[in-house]
Amino acid sequence: MSARKIHLTVNGEAVEAEVQARVNLADFLRQAIGLTGTHVGCEHGVCGACTIIVDGRPARACLMLAVQADGAKVETVESLGTPESLSELQQAFRDRHALQCGFCTPGMLMTIEALLRVEASPTREQIRDVLSGNLCRCTGYQAIVDAALDAAKARRGTR
Amino acid sequence: MKAPPFAYHDPRSRDDLIGLLAELENAKLLAGGQSLVPMLNFRVVAPDHLIDINRIPDLAGIRLSADDVVLGAMTRQCDLHASADLAATAPIIRQALAHVGHFQTRSRGTIGGSCCHLDPAAELPALCALLDAEFDVAGPNGARIVKGGDWFKGYLESALEEREYLQSIRLRRWPAGHGYGFSEYARRRGDFAIAGAGALLEFAEDARIGRAAIVVFGVEPAPIRLVEAERMLVGQTFSEALLAEVAAQASALDAMADVHVSAAYRRRLAGVVTRRALAEAARPAREAV
Repeated sequence: MSARKIHLTVNGEAVEAEVQARVNLADFLRQAIGLTGTHVGCEHGVCGACTIIVDGRPARACLMLAVQADGAKVETVESLGTPESLSELQQAFRDRHALQCGFCTPGMLMTIEALLRVEASPTREQIRDVLSGNLCRCTGYQAIVDAALDAAKARRGTR
Repeated sequence: MKAPPFAYHDPRSRDDLIGLLAELENAKLLAGGQSLVPMLNFRVVAPDHLIDINRIPDLAGIRLSADDVVLGAMTRQCDLHASADLAATAPIIRQALAHVGHFQTRSRGTIGGSCCHLDPAAELPALCALLDAEFDVAGPNGARIVKGGDWFKGYLESALEEREYLQSIRLRRWPAGHGYGFSEYARRRGDFAIAGAGALLEFAEDARIGRAAIVVFGVEPAPIRLVEAERMLVGQTFSEALLAEVAAQASALDAMADVHVSAAYRRRLAGVVTRRALAEAARPAREAV
């Protein structure tokens, strides 16, 4: 077996841990650090539920080994807001009823978060394009796209 | 599922990588991981050693010269997509990249990884075929260049040998103002295409076609150039009849059948996407008229 000690930043906090090489980053975040907001769906990069932001870019946590995150800056859905103080994006999801069971929501949020950082005024088409990498099996995508548009508008107003 | 156990190596230099390639048995190279990690998770592959080449400096980068573009094997798809230089030089690359996986997978996926994995429907290997790529590979026995079509050996099979790695890919530049077109059909956005095509055209002053390149992918086990059609187009003035003739050649390819569609469907679609790509590539000639 191949174990390594890794050092990374998760949501602004330094983390040091020993991991087996075969453990993917999603499982590491959930099991080793206890951040269960990152959901594990398909484990082959199709469903998008495990989407996180690594060094500023959106990535599938199930398609990265934890050892590869040594030295990286990782952001998960837990970094966005708290139940008492939702981020604009989370608030928009709530207002627009952009979730039903909630399983896909962390990945949706992190994908849109990554988009809004590089594109402050995305079109509906651009949002639909990036969300093609996230599957929702409950309620469809229209409300999610609406929420992303609302969040973009709210962020432009406050930042 | 979860990946099977393996020993993990992350060399920090090309020399260290070559040392590992010489020494290790049943090793796999890990580039962006957007195809290999799913295969590990499904346990389709079970290497004893995984050699992660993400920490080797200088394996990524975009370098332009007068005649060509050299892309480091570890250049991320999102960086190719964002490069203004590349978009100005070879606009078909940016056009095609919009179809490569998703926003989230392009962050990590690399051009070299895509060309070594060689899914028949992958866009980047098809572009390499279209742009007369030269693949610069190296291993314990030294470096060598694999030219154009020699790279594409078959289904998921490149010319890369067991103990070699891909260093960079050299693409031929086309002159400014060349026509380009890209078309593919997939049932959902971001899926691998059922069939796709890319076309490049260079026009002489009298609007006759001076040079043509056409690639069809997702149809045969590897991307394929329509060499006969390319030759036939040279010296001609663009017309609907020419389009139909080239589309017919695409529809005569030896198409694969799979769980999604029959070979007949794929042949028909090959003609459709080829027609669309070529018509788009002919725009400069139409606009000149």
